[in-house]
Amino acid sequence: MKLFKRLIPWILLAFAFFILPAMADKDLFGFSQFRLNLFGRYFSLAFVALGIDLIWGYTGLLSLGQGIFFSLGGYAIAMHLLLVTKNDFTTGANGLPKFFENYGVDQLPFFWEPFWSFPVSIAAIFIVPSIVAGLVGYLIFRNRIKGVYFSIITQASLMVFYHFFNGQQKLVNGTNGLKTSTTEIFGMQAGSDDAQLLFYRITLILLPFAFLLCKYLTSGRFGDALIGIRDDEPRLRFSGFNPTPFKVIVFVVAGALAGVSGALYTVQSGIVSPQFMSISMSIEMVIWVAVGGRGTLIGPILGAVVVNYLRSLVSEALPEAWLFVQGALFVFVVVLMPDGIYGWFTKGGFRSMLAAFGLAKKTATYPKLDLDESAQSESASA
Amino acid sequence: MSQAILDLDDVSVSFDGFYALTDLSFSLRPGELRSIIGPNGAGKTTFLDVITGKVRPTKGDVTLRGKSIVGLSEQKISRLGVGRKFQTPRVWENLTVQRNLELTASPNKNPLALLTESLNDTVKDEVFKIMEYVGLAPYAKWQAGSLSHGQKQWLAISMLVAQSPDIILLDEPVAGLTDEETSKTADLIKSLAGEHTVVVIEHDMEFIRDLGAPVTVLHQGQKLTEGTLDEVKADPRVIEVYLGESDDH
Repeated sequence: MKLFKRLIPWILLAFAFFILPAMADKDLFGFSQFRLNLFGRYFSLAFVALGIDLIWGYTGLLSLGQGIFFSLGGYAIAMHLLLVTKNDFTTGANGLPKFFENYGVDQLPFFWEPFWSFPVSIAAIFIVPSIVAGLVGYLIFRNRIKGVYFSIITQASLMVFYHFFNGQQKLVNGTNGLKTSTTEIFGMQAGSDDAQLLFYRITLILLPFAFLLCKYLTSGRFGDALIGIRDDEPRLRFSGFNPTPFKVIVFVVAGALAGVSGALYTVQSGIVSPQFMSISMSIEMVIWVAVGGRGTLIGPILGAVVVNYLRSLVSEALPEAWLFVQGALFVFVVVLMPDGIYGWFTKGGFRSMLAAFGLAKKTATYPKLDLDESAQSESASA
Repeated sequence: MSQAILDLDDVSVSFDGFYALTDLSFSLRPGELRSIIGPNGAGKTTFLDVITGKVRPTKGDVTLRGKSIVGLSEQKISRLGVGRKFQTPRVWENLTVQRNLELTASPNKNPLALLTESLNDTVKDEVFKIMEYVGLAPYAKWQAGSLSHGQKQWLAISMLVAQSPDIILLDEPVAGLTDEETSKTADLIKSLAGEHTVVVIEHDMEFIRDLGAPVTVLHQGQKLTEGTLDEVKADPRVIEVYLGESDDH
């Protein structure tokens, strides 16, 4: 049973990897290519959620600026695709990406140059956000800024990036963003079903690696130190640990995961724009983690997929209702399931729900003891 | 008399004009056990804050083995061999007892070492020995948050022992403990002295008597007197500021 529990995520992953594309291919149960593509996006959002879980769920630092790193990853891949694609949709008369024509730019901005190279662009997807996160993180953490101030600074940084990208038409097409759906990758149009299936599979192949990376970081003494920072940071200092490098490392990893997330999301949604750096988007990312269950690693993945799937379903049925549902969901989770869906489930929530309906044995204050038969017989004999 | 391991020289700490410590001089010999008493607001906790780097002295110098430690960060001072237990038992409630101990016992405190090196067997054995000694071994896999108050106090002290600093500073180690636990704690602390230099801050006079160590009395941020418990108890100034009211038991 325990083994089975451990296998559940992997079974679901295999299901998503093999069965869902097959269903989409045959359009079984109304599961279309379109739906498959949406799931690809949900899974790509799970990466950024994992990162937020590391920095927030484990280390206790609520970052409201993950959209920065998410977008940087998205821009990195989009810039590469726009440069290397040569077709009528994306290439202008001067051989540069078409949008440059609108602003009379005929010289490629210098920072675009490295993105001619595929390996460099792939590396940039996670290295550029890592560097930004490292710098921002080092300055913040070295000065012992934490709690609400950390959240405010990350949100302010997000706004700085948002306004910069929004205002720079000549550099990154400003508010219009960069469109990738008409570009070409591996000889396919990026918006085609075949390319989308490939992105979907790449996302699902990378997800376990991101998960295992987070598992590696959180399971040993390093992870204990993170929890130590979250629960009582001064205590950790008095034990001889300097919390700053720990926080910087975690923030960098969270940034890198956000970058990968943004790149995968961009190619599957067909565009990257400053909207990815909107304040609400970064807050939504936090909501996914809260709903899924922070401080667990399955939780954020679950949260990203479930909340976004719900969002699609609600938006399709009642286009205006989603924000209300999202708000209600967040309040519901914060009040009734502080550990999120996954935390609620693992901490016996399902059992207590059954108990409420008289389907399972009720437990009182100490569920561990109440369900332990030897303890029960002891107390009965006493 | 051997050279002092810790020396406070004319230390004053002022918080916006309020002096928590005033021209306090204090010195500890290696291996010494010392008790510190004093009424509320005497500056006992500030005294520990100054030594451990939480608060910077406004005036004066703190030296550890002859070197000044003023201005060093908490973690640096800790690594130089000063360990501290707080007034409330501060343990990481979401970690198990064993992991609380293993984290503080980690010989190498940098993040990469924690990530890549596994804890060596000597340290692991040491952690188990400590848990056995204080009776926490059966709770090794329990979350520290589910321990009783007394067990948390013991865990907090154990974490200090696991960290094995040269100087152990204990702020109210027996607050909230039963009499039996208190006398056991006294035995534990006495066994630590010698190998470690131990400073104990307490209100519990029975406990101070159990320790049988020289007592320093603090009052309004200054050292009032020093001596054996009986000596200081006989001191009229001490009776006036402190023991006069609380010596009934």
